[in-house]
Amino acid sequence: MPTIVVDVMPKAELLDPQGKAVAGALSRLGVDTFTGVRIGKRFELAVDGPVDDAMLAQVRQVADDILSNAVIEDVIGIEVVE
Amino acid sequence: MTVRIGVITFPGSLDDRDAQRAIRIAGAEPVALWHGAHDLEGVDALVLPGGFSYGDYLRSGAIAALSPIMTEVKDAAGRGMPVLGICNGFQMLVEAHLLPGGLIRNANQQFVRRDQRLRVENASTAWTTDFAEGQEIVIPLKNGEGGYIADAGTLARIEGEGLVAFRYVGVNPNGSLDDIAGLTNERGNVVGLMPHPEHATEPGFGPDTAAAMRSGVDGLGFFTSAIAAVARVAA
Repeated sequence: MPTIVVDVMPKAELLDPQGKAVAGALSRLGVDTFTGVRIGKRFELAVDGPVDDAMLAQVRQVADDILSNAVIEDVIGIEVVE
Repeated sequence: MTVRIGVITFPGSLDDRDAQRAIRIAGAEPVALWHGAHDLEGVDALVLPGGFSYGDYLRSGAIAALSPIMTEVKDAAGRGMPVLGICNGFQMLVEAHLLPGGLIRNANQQFVRRDQRLRVENASTAWTTDFAEGQEIVIPLKNGEGGYIADAGTLARIEGEGLVAFRYVGVNPNGSLDDIAGLTNERGNVVGLMPHPEHATEPGFGPDTAAAMRSGVDGLGFFTSAIAAVARVAA
């Protein structure tokens, strides 16, 4: 059964307090490889049948209207995983 | 005429009873409304109370903003009914696009609970006419996701049109842009804020004041303003 994966991230220009907290923890642990951490969300939408264009259009709609809030977030990826 | 103010209970609402109590103390009749109904039961004004509807899942207020009753709330707001969103209710109003911008995790990642000083920036909304412009009030604040944000264009419009209803004074507790604590819509009937006026309406249960402990009732003006607004429309 295919799964449609929707990735949502906080807008790049906004402060991401969660990512900042994790970045701070890493730096306290002496892990200095990473210059930044940002935290987003991954939605896995399970479907029964084959994924067609109409279904993808509906996913795009749901991703924009419900799964994300365009004021604070961006939908950065919609991907079908078999 | 007794003004009837509805308080909508969502799954995870916490302060619905406190809001009902505040409405009663202010002199109106509180009406308990249910998120799953398509019925405002003929109320004159609405309060969306604080709490953690749906456990703050997805985004704070996001799932509640899709509740059946929100169809009627949007219609009523469009007709000019006074609507107040407190804390989680404010988050619902921005998620429902009844107010601009968004609310994110507090900048310091901490849940903050404090008696918060605010400045009333707009005293001409349905919920603020009993205050003076520039008046400072103290009411409780308690939130984890109260950081107000909007893009530069929206922020400029909000500021330019006088839509900032309340601003934090002294301490900005959550990183809100421009110290914004609460907003109004253009018409002035829909107001949302993170702090809790309903917790400062009864002597003995409010914030401390210079006069006496827990004597602060600065929140009462929200509800008396709305009662007056309804009475003006009815007259």
